[in-house]
Amino acid sequence: MPDQPLKNLVARTRPSVLEPSAVPGVPMRLQFGPSHPATHGTVRIELELEGEHVVNADVQVGYLHRGFEKECETGHYYQNIPYTDRLNYSSPILCNLAYCMAVEKLFDIKVPPRCEYVRVVSGELSRMADHVLGVGAACLELAAMTPFLYLLEARDLIWDLLDALCGSRVTTNYIRIGGLSANLPEGFGPFCVEKLDGVMKLISDADRMLTENAVFRERVEGTGQLSADQLIAIGVTGPLLRAAGVPLDLRRVQPYLVYDQLDFAVPVGQHGDNYDRYLVRMEELRQSNSMIRQCLEKMPGGPVDVDDPRIRWPGKNRVFNRMEELIDQFKLVTEGGLPPPGEVYFAVEGGNGEIGFYIVSDGTGKPYKCRCRAPSFSNTQALAPMIIGRQLADIVPTFDMINMIGGECDR
Amino acid sequence: MTDNSPANGDAAPSPLMSQVLARLGELVTGHRAFRGDDTIDVARENILRVAELLRDSPELAFDMLIDVTAVDYLGQPDGFSTPSTVWDRNLQAHKRIPMSRHHLVLPERGPLPRFAVVYHMLSTKFIHRLRIKCRVPENDPTIASVTPVWSGANWLERETYDLYGIRFVGHPDLRRIYLYEQFVGHPLRKDYQKRDNQPIDPHAGPAAKEPRRPN
Repeated sequence: MPDQPLKNLVARTRPSVLEPSAVPGVPMRLQFGPSHPATHGTVRIELELEGEHVVNADVQVGYLHRGFEKECETGHYYQNIPYTDRLNYSSPILCNLAYCMAVEKLFDIKVPPRCEYVRVVSGELSRMADHVLGVGAACLELAAMTPFLYLLEARDLIWDLLDALCGSRVTTNYIRIGGLSANLPEGFGPFCVEKLDGVMKLISDADRMLTENAVFRERVEGTGQLSADQLIAIGVTGPLLRAAGVPLDLRRVQPYLVYDQLDFAVPVGQHGDNYDRYLVRMEELRQSNSMIRQCLEKMPGGPVDVDDPRIRWPGKNRVFNRMEELIDQFKLVTEGGLPPPGEVYFAVEGGNGEIGFYIVSDGTGKPYKCRCRAPSFSNTQALAPMIIGRQLADIVPTFDMINMIGGECDR
Repeated sequence: MTDNSPANGDAAPSPLMSQVLARLGELVTGHRAFRGDDTIDVARENILRVAELLRDSPELAFDMLIDVTAVDYLGQPDGFSTPSTVWDRNLQAHKRIPMSRHHLVLPERGPLPRFAVVYHMLSTKFIHRLRIKCRVPENDPTIASVTPVWSGANWLERETYDLYGIRFVGHPDLRRIYLYEQFVGHPLRKDYQKRDNQPIDPHAGPAAKEPRRPN
């Protein structure tokens, strides 16, 4: 008689599930997070539910706040570069790049062409690592384990490349003010192409598993929608905004480094839902792959560091053999480079949108103020309007496609 | 009294700045450009009006608020707006000798209020950027909220309130965003020392409330 107890169970549980809506005007309060297994960011959402419908949501961030800006005010300009690794820890080179280019703008420095190309290569590798992790973690939280493993393997291959570039995989600390911590290693071009082939194979496998997958599309299509005007008013940038049909990509509209000499497309979506956000990220992966290959082909020779004694340390052979340059290095290490007083804002296209730094200089070797404009902060602000009025289950794909990075959002 | 009076470096205003000045007129109390960044000074009473004009003027169309933050010019009333020519002269004179601000020849300037609230805006249509600075005094750190103009100002102003203690009048939900309600003071103010640790969890037991290692 196996049927009988099951029927009883159904009869018992149903009314209790429906109970909140049976009492109109008293929504159920639910705490979502801050450490929730179905989100990969440390955020707490106070939900008010009417049945399964989200009536109200209060998104609370700040669990990873560690005083980045206060810390930056106590260090020399070059000492703050490692802190920027910890902002968006899935694409640290882009954070290094934004900070260093803001300081270079303050000093009015132009880096050599080879440096610009290497910066594009490393930045795009970092962006690929960010996107594969974002999409992969979203799959995992939608209970698709296999594509997650494929995409994480792709990230591992990208990390091998970063390891070859700068000797570390996660916190890279690669870009320097006026240069790089190291030139490209010997034979990097063929090694990079070989690894990228592997990455693209894994990505196309994941693509075949996900893009036409009925279960996946059921969860992401038509969920988390917000119109382009609303997104712009909130200040959302990056793949989220492009998925709503606004082709705002700083690499295209305000080109920096050598992006104006590269051939790439800016993918935009039509509906602004989670599926379009996923498609935009997958297409950006292919575009980044193509950009890296173009840069490796065009890679010019020459130095990677700017020859400017105000900011870039002299080479060790000169430091150990000449008195003036020994003094120069000593001064740069103990005092830092001395920029002119003034204030600059510079932004690059990060993994999640516009990551910018607003630096106020008082003329000493330490920034008077170093403010990070983090894309995740503005993007997470759009979470509440995206989920209010929708189903509880839509929160997970929406939050995943926002790809909120706690280190960057909470600083 | 503004941050800028001796316009530093760039004498002729950029095309964008000309448009902004033509549109805002008397509302702009000062303007300058440094490294290609255009900045205008606005009195704090006018910030909401200026924000509306910047968003709604068809030739400016600043539809996206990129950032809101503040700068604490404690004891630095002139706001470091030293003209770059003065800086270069100093640099040459001192031949890279360690330099503090006491060595600088600063232009004569009256005292300015302590805080500056800084807004960065972007036009997604024309892709141009503008920075607004509003001075806010220490004894009355209030300014009108721009959330009616850009809804994205909500969290950014909460953050500025949290870390600088500047109150945004008319904000729909002004509470701390990173720190807890019991936190004393505003940590990004220059008179908040880095070693002034406070417990990470206000509800923890007495052991956790001990100040952590001094640094």
